[in-house]
Amino acid sequence: MDTKFALQGIDYLIMAVYFLFVLGIGWALKKYMKNATAFLEAGRSIPAWVAGLAFISTNLGALEVMGMTGSGLKYGMLTTHFYWIGAIPAMVFLALFMMRFYYGSKARSVPEYLKLRFNEKTRGLNAILFAVMTVLASGISMYALAILLENVLGWNFNVSLLASAAIVLAYTYLGGLSSAIYNEVLQFFIIVIGLLPMAILVMSDVGGWGGLQHSLAPIVESKGFAADAWTTTWKYTANASGNPLGVAWYGIFAGLGFVLSFGYWCTNFLIVQRAMAAESMTAARKVPLIGAIPKMFIPFLIIVPGIAALVLLNDPLKGFSLPLNDAGQPIYDYTIIMLLKHYLPAGVLGLGVTALLASFMSGMAGNVSAFNTVWTYDIYQSYIRPATGDKDADDRHYLKVGKMATIVGVLVSIAAAYIASKFGNIMDFLQTIFSMINAPLFAVIFLGMFWKRSTGNAAFTGLLAGFLIALVHHGLTQPEGATTLVKGGWLGVLHVYPVEMAQNFWTAIIAFTTSTLLTVIISLLSKRSKSDAELNGLVYSMTPKLDDSGVIWYQRPWFLATIVGLIMITLSIIFW
Amino acid sequence: MLDIRFPIGMMFSIFGVIITVYGLATIGNEALYMPSLNVNINLISGLCTLVFGLVMLFLSEPVKKKLKRKNS
Repeated sequence: MDTKFALQGIDYLIMAVYFLFVLGIGWALKKYMKNATAFLEAGRSIPAWVAGLAFISTNLGALEVMGMTGSGLKYGMLTTHFYWIGAIPAMVFLALFMMRFYYGSKARSVPEYLKLRFNEKTRGLNAILFAVMTVLASGISMYALAILLENVLGWNFNVSLLASAAIVLAYTYLGGLSSAIYNEVLQFFIIVIGLLPMAILVMSDVGGWGGLQHSLAPIVESKGFAADAWTTTWKYTANASGNPLGVAWYGIFAGLGFVLSFGYWCTNFLIVQRAMAAESMTAARKVPLIGAIPKMFIPFLIIVPGIAALVLLNDPLKGFSLPLNDAGQPIYDYTIIMLLKHYLPAGVLGLGVTALLASFMSGMAGNVSAFNTVWTYDIYQSYIRPATGDKDADDRHYLKVGKMATIVGVLVSIAAAYIASKFGNIMDFLQTIFSMINAPLFAVIFLGMFWKRSTGNAAFTGLLAGFLIALVHHGLTQPEGATTLVKGGWLGVLHVYPVEMAQNFWTAIIAFTTSTLLTVIISLLSKRSKSDAELNGLVYSMTPKLDDSGVIWYQRPWFLATIVGLIMITLSIIFW
Repeated sequence: MLDIRFPIGMMFSIFGVIITVYGLATIGNEALYMPSLNVNINLISGLCTLVFGLVMLFLSEPVKKKLKRKNS
């Protein structure tokens, strides 16, 4: 199967224009980077709509886009749970209840919030895990980009890797977080405009939504599912075995809708950092809500074409196929690549390829810009360099440190990318492990924000124990048909899950529960470490209510949240 | 600070022009548009991109300021 695109001069021209603008934005922002706050926190000056688009764009990396289209093919409309129930409630909750503490506490990062609310060691644990995780994540996405460019465009692996790293380094070094955020907005629009022609063409090819349902029925029935199992979301979730995802409704609710999504959207600094850069408290609270609106429609751009690809695959007349791996299995992640290749002529193809490139790069830039903040404030400032008392000198010093951290972050990412190319499985494994950080972190931050009684020592123990129990659970369970220990079972197999997704859900649920229980019990057994006055601005019940009466009604977070909720309910009913 | 609508508007207007011109130049090229269901997708997509780019430009601060100065 040939995965190579036949790009023309015009496609390269489009790509070149894009890179010119990416670097140009970094260059234009350079003059504003006078201190550490401007560089690492975007000077807290980003308008709500810009931060809102960056907020979802950070999550819309190329690996996500490719994976989601592939999941559309594999699991059908159930994949939309990742965009609706698995994102929207968490984003609304973050906006309405949590953002005011992140933003209002003047913490510069999520780990720093932990320091203010709990203690130094809780921050240290989170900061170090987060720093390691982001650098490796950016390495993995560099590696994936270089592999893709090699397979699809025929470019040299090393050249692709180093060139993309150099571009990311250039614009994050020049413009810091602002540059990363602005480029994420650019990326958001180019993804939509670059992928839309493909989505429209594939849908008209299969005869629209009606034609898609009709053609899918025999294919899906031959797999042993109901005729409309691929075009519905909740209908067949009464039993885990009735739907392709292999998870029942309560698993989707608790695993995806609660633990995984709240853990990701409400506590991952990579995401929250976008909202923390907003220009005001009201803006910061609006950021996740503004992001939520386009978020709900992204499935029609990337998941639905994946579902249509299942019809194309089963129709020999269409001449559509996926590349196979060494075991002879189709590589689902290549679905979107093959769709672009199948439908787009030179010209719009350049735009589509640029969209993928853009999403890889902004993914890297996002990781690097979160890494340098945590490194500078939570590791370097707290553990390496004691305060000097001279604020101006400090600020200049931390700007320098932040810039150095950007360079070091990119260099370590490059090293990680080469490690990934040698031992791909180890990187998969590390990624699985890091996905275990979020669920306990959410438990601890949630208790910290909404229960004044929770204490520092309890939070630290809960965080650590939740992470360890997640590791143990992963070590003792396996998805069915697992061939490597990377998928679990490296301590011996106690339980086998029908699909990997179910294993991930339960790992998160168990980690979250352990963390919550331990934090509650230890808090009750220990003396309070902070007084009521110290918790003002950090804990819900200790903080005066926010007054939105000065804000025009349609700009108020509660109004926006209602709109977001209504859209989500409508979509869920239409695609029930 | 920099109004991001300006570079977005500039970039997509340039993309729009490039792709529209290419679409115009390839009218009647059946082989090129076979994959896209015999639709000149470049022309359509190019025009849409151009419109988006121009709207962004007109909404951006630098252009708004210029227009205001012209009017007064």
